[in-house]
Amino acid sequence: MIMATWPVLTLTTFLPLIGAAWILLFTRNNEAGVANAKHAALWTSLATFVVSLFIWFGFDTRNPGFQFREYVEWIPAYKIAYHMGVDGISMPFVLLSTFLTPLCILASWEAIETRVREYMVAFLILETFMVGMFCALDLMVFYIFFEAVLIPMFLIIGIWGGKDKIYAAFKFFLYTLAGSVFMLLAILVIYFKAGTTDIPTVMATLKLPLEWQIWLWLGFFVSFAVKVPMWPVHTWLPDAHVQAPTAGSVILAGVLLKMGAYGFVRFSIPMLPLASDFFTPFIFVLSCIAVVYTSLVALAQEDMKKLIAYSSVAHMGFVTIGIFVMNVQGVQGALFQMLSHGLVSGALFLCVGVVYDRLHTREIDRYGGLSDNMPRYALVFMFFTMASVGLPGLSGFVGEFLVLTGAFKANTWVAAIASLGVILGAAYALYLYWRICFGKLTKPDVKAMADMNPREIAIFAPIVLMTIWMGVYPQTFLDVMDASVTKLVADYGAALKAAGKTAMLR
Amino acid sequence: MDLAVKLIVFLPLLAAFIAGFFGRAIGDRGAQVVTTGALLIAAALSWFVFFKIGFGDAAGTVRIATWISSGTFEVLWALRADTLTAVMLIVVTTVSSMVHLYSVGYMAEDKSVPRFMAYLSLFTFAMLMLVTSDNLVQLFFGWEGVGLASYLLIGFWYDRPSANAAAIKAFLVNRVGDFGFALGIFAIYMLTGSVQFDAIFKAAPELAKLTFTFLGAEVPALTTVCLLLFVGAMGKSAQLGLHTWLPDAMEGPTPVSALIHAATMVTAGIFMVARCSPLFEYSQTALDVVTLVGAGTAFFAATVGLTQFDIKRVVAYSTCSQLGYMFFALGVSAYPAGMFHLMTHAFFKALLFLGAGAVIHAMHHEQDMRNMGGLKDKIPQTYWLMWIGTLALAGIGVPVIGGHGIGFAGFYSKDIILESAFSAHTTVGMIAFWLGIAAAFMTAFYSARLMFMTFHGEARWNTGHGHGHDAHGHDAHGHDDHGHKDDHGHGDHHLPVKVPGVMMVPLYVLALGAVIAGGVAYNAFVGDGLEKFWRGSILILKEHHALHDAHNAPLWVKVLPLIMAITGIALAYHFYVQKPSLPSQTAASFPFLYRFSFNKWYFDELYDALFVRPSMWLGRQFWKKGDVGIIDEVGPNGLARGAGRLAGVLGRAQSGYLYHYAFAMLIGVAVLVTWYMLSRGQ
Repeated sequence: MIMATWPVLTLTTFLPLIGAAWILLFTRNNEAGVANAKHAALWTSLATFVVSLFIWFGFDTRNPGFQFREYVEWIPAYKIAYHMGVDGISMPFVLLSTFLTPLCILASWEAIETRVREYMVAFLILETFMVGMFCALDLMVFYIFFEAVLIPMFLIIGIWGGKDKIYAAFKFFLYTLAGSVFMLLAILVIYFKAGTTDIPTVMATLKLPLEWQIWLWLGFFVSFAVKVPMWPVHTWLPDAHVQAPTAGSVILAGVLLKMGAYGFVRFSIPMLPLASDFFTPFIFVLSCIAVVYTSLVALAQEDMKKLIAYSSVAHMGFVTIGIFVMNVQGVQGALFQMLSHGLVSGALFLCVGVVYDRLHTREIDRYGGLSDNMPRYALVFMFFTMASVGLPGLSGFVGEFLVLTGAFKANTWVAAIASLGVILGAAYALYLYWRICFGKLTKPDVKAMADMNPREIAIFAPIVLMTIWMGVYPQTFLDVMDASVTKLVADYGAALKAAGKTAMLR
Repeated sequence: MDLAVKLIVFLPLLAAFIAGFFGRAIGDRGAQVVTTGALLIAAALSWFVFFKIGFGDAAGTVRIATWISSGTFEVLWALRADTLTAVMLIVVTTVSSMVHLYSVGYMAEDKSVPRFMAYLSLFTFAMLMLVTSDNLVQLFFGWEGVGLASYLLIGFWYDRPSANAAAIKAFLVNRVGDFGFALGIFAIYMLTGSVQFDAIFKAAPELAKLTFTFLGAEVPALTTVCLLLFVGAMGKSAQLGLHTWLPDAMEGPTPVSALIHAATMVTAGIFMVARCSPLFEYSQTALDVVTLVGAGTAFFAATVGLTQFDIKRVVAYSTCSQLGYMFFALGVSAYPAGMFHLMTHAFFKALLFLGAGAVIHAMHHEQDMRNMGGLKDKIPQTYWLMWIGTLALAGIGVPVIGGHGIGFAGFYSKDIILESAFSAHTTVGMIAFWLGIAAAFMTAFYSARLMFMTFHGEARWNTGHGHGHDAHGHDAHGHDDHGHKDDHGHGDHHLPVKVPGVMMVPLYVLALGAVIAGGVAYNAFVGDGLEKFWRGSILILKEHHALHDAHNAPLWVKVLPLIMAITGIALAYHFYVQKPSLPSQTAASFPFLYRFSFNKWYFDELYDALFVRPSMWLGRQFWKKGDVGIIDEVGPNGLARGAGRLAGVLGRAQSGYLYHYAFAMLIGVAVLVTWYMLSRGQ
């Protein structure tokens, strides 16, 4: 394969950074400069997306291992290397990040009015860190990217956020930083035990006794659980979402929430299988609570963004269930659900952004009857509402259904309780839609709102197409994951068996 | 053949797409032509396919593509066409094309004609995907698709709170049913490793001997699966307990009620159980539950239908009740009889709804029968057509010993159901039989009551009353006023208007079905030709011979339903034509029974108190007390107070320049690396 010799991962990762540098160096803080900065950011992110497509098309779906590997020694004394590579689990998320970033920049085109240059720079840097995180094959490199993502997001919320942005940014930072300290400790222990921070090597060689695994698992868990977020460490999310600018919310929901779940799949399961098995009931309990509890909370919300934020927590509950049922359907469903949720909840936040840009409020009761004067918007919003409640034929269904199928095999209680979330999910989503788009159009300022403009349609169109594609022909994506997931599940079963545990029939 | 099936399914989708997205470009007329045209073609093709399959040998499956494949979980997009499907195809496309045509007239003055036509066609597509599915998951796709279309159409007039509430209620109650349905699919996949019909049907006899652990209990495998699937069927087909959405669904435009909430979507549950007959046949428990729920619903809905005043709600409860009949037919293994009634019912119930729509149209959106009366000379065609529907619903006909008699469509299908229930010779069969007989009496009474109140007696619409001023007055918004653009002059406000011809044609077509469908199809559906007709599409075990014995039921069993029907009609005549003061006197002498019936057995109130309010309350408590009160107080806010100074620093940082942030970022990275190095050094 020709592209194997071409550092396409590095290029995808750092191309946005070049764009950011260009903006900082060559644009000025005046009208023309701001316009240049916007265009530079858009074109950089589009170019990045195009480059990342080479990963997609060059990817060998039959190979379960890491591909496009790049290895450069970094700190040889400690055997730390700049090691990049993707497998069927991480590759789709690279694409998700590069797909969403240009849309976010487009969504910020008019909404961001202050410090536009800096905003664009922050977004491009954010993209670099996200992509790097999914490509990293060295624990230390991973950790740096994983933590670095926090910084631009913290700034995006803290500077361009709403009126309680400081509180939200602070809460976000505190939660996630507290988690990461424990992860760093866990990574250090792994390094001392395995003698390397190389992820493929650690996966293959690290065989710790259960007692050790439990402590390490908890270290990772704290960090990942906050990121997912799992109940009860989810309360930063509604605040962060509410205060973040629209595009910030999109990335937060679309990509950042996936980092925790990705961490579970990349580290906890393959490196610490015994502990993962040990803690499975614990995860199930937290996830089931998350699904039911946050769905009910979403039902009571009066703020559009908060409602969608809570729904994210509920949807991510499905993901953590799927990961820990550890059969092919569960894990594949969870990964698919992550992708789908990245698109759908991102789109829902964009939907909020559309009306927020016009009326500057997120209060649900201020709206009503938008179907009358904004028919295009009503259609798009309905589309994503349906995708979110898991209507078959759209992307949300496939992940949810696979997760529940897998869960039923592992534990019928988990499947039944999580399925309750499907009912509640419809309740809060349709209730929201009712209050925004249905009803009589009476309020004069709402009446004056214009329907979506071509720029906004251009943002939604690709997401709509992807959502249908993923719902009607999900094989395109399931095929990519298949080999890696099958290997993950098989290795996990083998590890449990080796430890004398009778692996459940998967 | 394959092409015909594909066209039948995808033409409506294409039409929906065109009308939905290019409605503005092609205009109202364009949208009507495209959708109605597509449906007429699909209907013609369906009849072709029906004859090829039912009386030829053309059954088969068209594979389209893989849908979901994950490990051993594999689902295809495929169109399966056998007799069961073919019957549904003609029912769905025929009624749908007639409803499309009718809507051209009925919705003419609405401001969103293309949207309406697109929804109707979208619904038809989903329903066709449902009936042609060859696996449970694609069936679920259609199942949810029709649910979406139903939701959109009930809430079509979205500026009315009552319509929105009804729409959301329909979706959610159906989701409760789907909860069971989905668990059933998961269970069957776990047990058999497949969701494809042929594979799971083959495994059914083995499954009947197995048990598995479900929610902590060891349960018989097949019975559990069947019951879970049946919960889904109960939701879609509005059976007792999950029926509450159907009467409210009458908030939608009347053509919608005819198509979705009478003829097609609500019969999806019947279809599903019939389709899964190879599963249900091996579980006597499941069959008994189906019988009892069906019989209970038939009885319950009939009692409620007795006292309603809204013309559409009367017909809605009648639908609910008739669906109950179909279910208890399935429950005694008389699947062909259930499907037979499904088919005849589609014709006469759609006829009744469209007739009711014509009445409402003529009455300027009035739906309360207390404000009607004496219409038979004003709209005579509608009057006679609705009598045909009523007599078919009541099951009027003459039984002949040794033959199968002669009468309206409903006569054949309802009688064969009752005879089957009787001939099952089981306790549940007898319960179903007697409840069915009681319901037959009430059905005749309330349908005749509807006719007499609407068309006979004195005209109550020219007395100068205001709309919605009655004691039990409806919310004026709840009425089916199909969004007229122009206000009618107030001078002639109460005079009935003519019903346009484009609305009458479908009535005649459906009336033809309501008259002849029973007699013509009897032999093939439930008579001597039944095995040759249904072939492998329905399984009836040898030991289940209710349908077979039904033909030899004693004479009194054959005559009793007719006596009930005639008595019911006669009594209604006495109550509403001869002595119009009787109804209120009767209501006054049994106040409790009357109120119990009038308030629909208080199901709505019960569910509101049990589920709706507690959910909202819990949501608020979890939010305010749980998240804000406990988690945040213990977590970040507690820490924040301790680190108040840090917050101050952050506050100042916010006012600085980008360089500060960039610098902070660098420092952050540096600290991490240093930390790492140092800890390595130790």
